[in-house]
Amino acid sequence: MLDLAYLIPLFPLIGFLITGFFGKKLKSEALIGGIASAAVGLSFAVAATLFFTLTGLPADARSHTTYIFSWLAAGNFNVDVAYQVDQLSIVYALIVTGIGTLIHIYSMGYMHGDKSYPRFFAYLNLFIFMMLNLVLANNFLLTFLGWEGVGLCSYLLIGFWYDRKFEGVNIRFTGDAANKAFIANRIGDFGVLIAMFLIYKTFGTLEYNAVNTAAAVAPPDAGIMTAIALLLFLGSTGKSAQLPLAVWLPDAMAGPTPVSALIHAATMVTAGIFLVARNATLFALAPDAMTVVAVVGVTTALVAATIGIVQNDIKKVLAYSTVSQLGFMFAALGVGAFTAAVFHVMTHAFFKALLFLGSGSVIHGMHEEQDIQKMGGLKKYMPVTHRTFLIGTIAISGIPPLAGFFSKDEILWMTFEHGGHGPMWIILAIAAFCTAFYMFRLYYLTFGGKERFDHHRLHPHESPVTMTLPLNVLAFLSVVGGFLGVPYALGFFASDHPNLLENWLGPIFSQANGILGRGEHHSIHAIEYVLMAASIAIATAGILLASKLYKEESEKPAELARKFKGAYNLLLHKYRIDEIYQALVVSFIYQFSERFLWKVFDVKIVDGLINGAAKTTQSAGESLRRIQSGVTQNYALLMIAGIVVILTWLAVG
Amino acid sequence: MLQDFLNSAPIPLLSALATLVMLLDAMKRDGARIVFGFSVFSLTAAMAAAIYTMFLPDKTTAFNNMITCGGYGAYFDIVFCLGGVLTLLAARPFLLASNTEHGEFYSLILFSICGMFLIAHSNNLLTLFIGIEVMSVSFYILSGYLRTSRFSIEASLKYFLLGAFITGFLVYGMALIYGSAGALGYNEIYQAVQGETGARFPMILLLGMGLLIIGLSFKSAIFPFHQWAPDVYQGAPTIVTAFMSTAGKAAAFSAFIPILAVLTPESSSPVAAKIGMLLAVLSAATMLVGNISAVVQKNIKRMLAYSSVAHAGYMMMGLAAGSVRGASGIVFYVTAYMFMQIGAFILISALERGSEERYQNLEDYAGLAKKHPVMAALMSVFMLSLTGIPPFAGFFGKYYLFTAAIESGYTWLTIIAVISSVISVYFYIGLIVAMYFRESDVQEQDSRPGLAGISLVISAAGVIILGVIPQFIDKIAKSLF
Repeated sequence: MLDLAYLIPLFPLIGFLITGFFGKKLKSEALIGGIASAAVGLSFAVAATLFFTLTGLPADARSHTTYIFSWLAAGNFNVDVAYQVDQLSIVYALIVTGIGTLIHIYSMGYMHGDKSYPRFFAYLNLFIFMMLNLVLANNFLLTFLGWEGVGLCSYLLIGFWYDRKFEGVNIRFTGDAANKAFIANRIGDFGVLIAMFLIYKTFGTLEYNAVNTAAAVAPPDAGIMTAIALLLFLGSTGKSAQLPLAVWLPDAMAGPTPVSALIHAATMVTAGIFLVARNATLFALAPDAMTVVAVVGVTTALVAATIGIVQNDIKKVLAYSTVSQLGFMFAALGVGAFTAAVFHVMTHAFFKALLFLGSGSVIHGMHEEQDIQKMGGLKKYMPVTHRTFLIGTIAISGIPPLAGFFSKDEILWMTFEHGGHGPMWIILAIAAFCTAFYMFRLYYLTFGGKERFDHHRLHPHESPVTMTLPLNVLAFLSVVGGFLGVPYALGFFASDHPNLLENWLGPIFSQANGILGRGEHHSIHAIEYVLMAASIAIATAGILLASKLYKEESEKPAELARKFKGAYNLLLHKYRIDEIYQALVVSFIYQFSERFLWKVFDVKIVDGLINGAAKTTQSAGESLRRIQSGVTQNYALLMIAGIVVILTWLAVG
Repeated sequence: MLQDFLNSAPIPLLSALATLVMLLDAMKRDGARIVFGFSVFSLTAAMAAAIYTMFLPDKTTAFNNMITCGGYGAYFDIVFCLGGVLTLLAARPFLLASNTEHGEFYSLILFSICGMFLIAHSNNLLTLFIGIEVMSVSFYILSGYLRTSRFSIEASLKYFLLGAFITGFLVYGMALIYGSAGALGYNEIYQAVQGETGARFPMILLLGMGLLIIGLSFKSAIFPFHQWAPDVYQGAPTIVTAFMSTAGKAAAFSAFIPILAVLTPESSSPVAAKIGMLLAVLSAATMLVGNISAVVQKNIKRMLAYSSVAHAGYMMMGLAAGSVRGASGIVFYVTAYMFMQIGAFILISALERGSEERYQNLEDYAGLAKKHPVMAALMSVFMLSLTGIPPFAGFFGKYYLFTAAIESGYTWLTIIAVISSVISVYFYIGLIVAMYFRESDVQEQDSRPGLAGISLVISAAGVIILGVIPQFIDKIAKSLF
């Protein structure tokens, strides 16, 4: 049964081939979208079947590797195309295919009438295929294939509307935003590559299980471990948009909104968390690297959350929110709370996909308007979108019993317990406060208050059922998703293991937890209740502040902005990170490339060598051509000469 | 006796069927269509028989050790049949377009494949010789198949004269070996060479060996015995060139591998070292001459002819390596080369549509991507594979051969091979550049490939599949030795 794992990536691949090569021939949009959605839906069905097969097995037998074929073999270097189904990969596969299916269905409505409809679905299917390779791979190289593949799809989809304008620092077209995303990712990919070289050099293999086991049994030099972990983490910062490589994600919003929901919120950007979680053992052996992970995560969470407060583009707010939430996940990884991170990946996938799709529905209904200052009062025009968006907003803010509360609270608690009992918790708590605030600001400005758009020009309308159906499903998941990870402190209604997810993922992280000296923490601390109450209070405070400022039309926000002009501008311009990069890195590289690499190195040295070599080859070819006279006797003569030389050489000496 | 026939099933089967094809052609006027169908069927049947014999136990021989059965030979049988089927499918539209479809074309292809079968299965120098001659004579005639074309006739005559010339050396080499070892069977020669006293006249053995290598070098167009190849490949009907330059080359190498295994039993012996060095030098010279000459060609068939010389040089690296890895590398390369080279030539033949003027020169390919996007894309796949760019078959072909050479200590040879591969980028990619980035003002009429399309799709699929899962063929290739 578990050998059917290859079917999970196979269906989207077939979908990609059909929509990609024959999409234009299939005239009907419904058919194209249907095929693409069905492909991912079938994958989800297979993944779900495998999941239930796994649940039927004893906990230590829940890892199964299916070998498809030997991919590369050279001497001792051997890499297979092999899929590893275990507790971690199946969770990811379910998220990717499940949410993927919903977003495919949603896109059928959203992309309706687009001139490149088949291309969109082809890319989307290809993305799912690559993402599944990434998470199901049993070795680094296959993951890397998927890693690069999702990067490529992300690039293609950000620039999907390649002829549209898009604003940003040094960005004028969507294509520029796509480039930015791609380049930022390349920096991270470089880290992963070097990490793979080091891993192969140290352990002699690239298979996850072999590497992690070898590291646990005989830990190599701490320096090597730290280097590997940090390089892997560099890759993660690229893919998961953490500082210092976080800059690309907000601009990635140039892509169609379903793409933002699927790739730039729910799945691809969590690949970095996957990479760390998959190699939890390696990270556990590199405590310094763990600290870096935690610090970067916490910082990113706060920085992005504060920027989110003042943004006015509906998708940008959500983008910064995503960066911030990813920071929460890395903070959890950094303190060794791997389960909490994966848990937040899951709940975040639910509510952030919901929020993005909701924003897509708004943009759709508002005829491509994205500025929330020009919205307001949409409540009555879009009842379904409004209701589901509100659910998503409450979920992300961390109000129990919605999904976001459980996962965020677990992260907060773990950073308190394992992250130095204070500073990290405080920073994350501030970020959580900002989250609740900017999300409700967004909600009120969009759906509440007066209508600030031109009635004669705009007629907001609710979206078609293909779009509202996924919204409803995701809203449902955002409500109940949290109960998979009920904390022990609240586990009075379940006897044994209230935290189902922790129990499920336990064996994956047992090695790492062993190294970190984490036992099972079943003792309930009074302080945990206090912190839980505090986090609810913080979220509520954020919501209250937002409703005070934005529920009714008022001058207060503008007043505040005037009062704290410096801080407001700093946030509005995203701490000027883009400008700093532009000045320090981009223009330097640009100047260096133009003045030296191009005009001196390339033109004079490289071209000179190449042209010289080409000329030599050409003239050699010309002289050989002269020997090729076309006269048969001459050919025979050369053959005789050859025979004489060969035989003489064989006979003599 | 019956068992012998069964074990060597493809050879008698195809011989009988080929004769039938010839008779059918003689009896039926205007029955070319039936002859064509029957020929394709014959090759398919032979391929099925070859697959059946693939699973015979190792070292099965038949007819008093004259031929080996199964395994190695059977694998090559499959490759030859595949090449034959691809050629036949593309040949019919080609011949129809030039109004020259006669049944004898098909029977000649079949007979040449019979010869190749014998070559790959030979376990005795006599069998080898018969196989080579059956194949070569068929090729001489096929080269001159377009009786009204000056170039075709010239190619045929040139090929025949030089081929006959070199055959003398080949036979003389065999005679010398017989004089030294006292036998013509590979096993006996092997024992004589390996025995305590060695061969009776080691010098004579060495010279005989040299002549044998020279003879086979001619067949596979190794420098300095390659000069016929550009002239013949250019002059012969394109579809014949497609077949000769792939299956013919594969046949020559299928003879090389067992003979060199016989003649250099111990890799440590000075004879073996000397032979290895000879092969390495020939290999290096061949790939350099082939690729450098290809750079200055304007005619596409001629360019591909020179490139095929270069590819023979790459394959010879595997012989020089003299290891299992080298041999299995050749087997892989032959398979990969079959798909990419035959695909390229068939594509040219499909574009030509029977005219000797269309699509001959590189400049004729300018703007092909706009006129025939699918054809241009397929051509690019073949060119990239010939260059050796992943994920296409040619990359892994080269990769296996290069590693084999390095493992056997021929690092310098590998460096030369890499350099000459770089040179080859110029003309392979040059074609792609012409197709995609140059404009052409020539208006194009319809040019549907017909049956050749099937060949093209199979070839392209082969190139891609071998490039994505090379291990599949590599494992089979390793199991042959």
